[in-house]
Amino acid sequence: MMQDSLIDYTLHLADNSLIMGHRLSEWTGHGPILEQDIAISNIALDLIGQSRNFYQYAAQLKGGVTEDDLAYLRDATEFKNMLLAELPNGDWAKTILKLFFFSTYQYYLYQKLIGSTDTQLSAIAEKSLKEVTYHLRWSSEWVIRLGDGTEESKKRIEKALEELWDYTGEMFLPSEYESECAKNKIGVDLGFLKEDWMNKVIQIFAEATLPSPKGEPVPTLREGQGVRLNGKEGKHTEHLQEILNDMQYLQRTYPGCEW
Amino acid sequence: MSVQELETIFDNKLEREIRIEPKDWMPDNYRKNLIRMISQHAHSEIVGMLPEGNWITRAPSLRRKATLLAKVQDEAGHGLYLYAAAETMGISREEMIDQLLTGKAKYSSIFNYPTLTWADIGAIGWLVDGAAIMNQVPLCRTSYGPYARAMIRVCKEESFHQRQGFEILLTLCRGSKEQKDMAQDALNRWWWPSLMMFGPNDDNSPHTAQSMKWKIKRFTNDELRQKFVDICTEQAKVLGLAIPDKDLKWNEEKMHYDFGEINWEEFNNVVNGNGPCNKERMAARIKAHEEGAWVREAALAYSEKKKQRQTPTAA
Repeated sequence: MMQDSLIDYTLHLADNSLIMGHRLSEWTGHGPILEQDIAISNIALDLIGQSRNFYQYAAQLKGGVTEDDLAYLRDATEFKNMLLAELPNGDWAKTILKLFFFSTYQYYLYQKLIGSTDTQLSAIAEKSLKEVTYHLRWSSEWVIRLGDGTEESKKRIEKALEELWDYTGEMFLPSEYESECAKNKIGVDLGFLKEDWMNKVIQIFAEATLPSPKGEPVPTLREGQGVRLNGKEGKHTEHLQEILNDMQYLQRTYPGCEW
Repeated sequence: MSVQELETIFDNKLEREIRIEPKDWMPDNYRKNLIRMISQHAHSEIVGMLPEGNWITRAPSLRRKATLLAKVQDEAGHGLYLYAAAETMGISREEMIDQLLTGKAKYSSIFNYPTLTWADIGAIGWLVDGAAIMNQVPLCRTSYGPYARAMIRVCKEESFHQRQGFEILLTLCRGSKEQKDMAQDALNRWWWPSLMMFGPNDDNSPHTAQSMKWKIKRFTNDELRQKFVDICTEQAKVLGLAIPDKDLKWNEEKMHYDFGEINWEEFNNVVNGNGPCNKERMAARIKAHEEGAWVREAALAYSEKKKQRQTPTAA
């Protein structure tokens, strides 16, 4: 039972990084400034690297599969990434804000995950934290630059906030495997992250001369309509399938090949 | 000092293989020619990100995805140092980008061909980066210092890319029939455009003679192309792929491979904007540039505000 939760938890961490990295890599060659094209590609590369570390560990735990089997041969309903990661990039403001929310989350998560009793997870967290510290700094600087830049950039980041805020609550709503892992000191208790996350957001928004987000991160999406999506449990937006159509197409079309 | 004296000093430096540096006097045409070459080269790196970038989201394994992403990112880096090298000659990056987007400046025509399958990523690495290296290694000794130094960094990374490309094809060639067919098809499509990368024949190359005299170029287009054909023909044997040229034959007397005539009509067409993807490539660059305008403005406005806040107001 615990072993299953550990596998799911590791896959969840892997999927988060892969899907976010995949999205960011869509900017490669299309960035607004050459230096920033390089920076965002670099972050994408870090995240894909992190996902590989987690997938390799998950593959070892499961036995008989490879990192690529896990990334390329699972269906969308088996993916456990947060919805925030799979949302389309939108404009630069939306990408930046999405990354800022995500990096803030990873930053506090990995800090705590270093203390995991699972030595593999702890080691991956330690290595990844160095990268995420930079991602957080880079995305914070951009939130500030856009918030305190021109009228247009402010308008765009405010619009991005409107579009993204509903997806932030999922970060702090633990799935069963997260609770199980937290209980066993393998995973992180998400309850401890929320305050740090919120404080960071308020601090950077203040520097960006943006009004603080209204209210707590909302844990459910469209609850009022009776629809409840939850990426961690495999209930995704339609965007994830679009990502996988591209990502998995060669492996699916020519099964069993070496690439 | 008279222009003649300055010219003598310049020629003397070339003679003694002393690099020309940004602050040195240089003939106007030398400057113009180099700006043209370096900026064309920088643009090629940037436009070159597009055909390969297409496959980042579709790369067939995590390792391939990471290496392709890193490769395309390296190209952006090359573009950056090359723009910086050109800027030492007194042109700004904005001017150069403007020349690219308005069609005044050219970039390597090879990037106007489409990447249709995963094998194209291998073929680009092997052939396109291979041809680029062949062109660029001699540029590490080019007479203009900043260009030569930029090329040393670029070449190191390019040779790594070329090995990766070859390895992608080798994996395909050792794989299933479909994979091998994919590799052969990619070679069929990329072979001739790669030969065109060396430019027109020597007797038809307007810039070559002067560039050789100024020691900007060290070998002629045809010399480099021959070297490329000789090397690739051997490498294709390792892959077990057939080069799509019925005239390709070892010439014992010359100790080189003879090869068929390039379709110069196609070459001219692609150079003049009528290749399969010229319009798409430019449209993608223009879109990135236009959609990025508000971002650049915001960054500028913010840095201005920050500067003002840091400057203490005079009492």
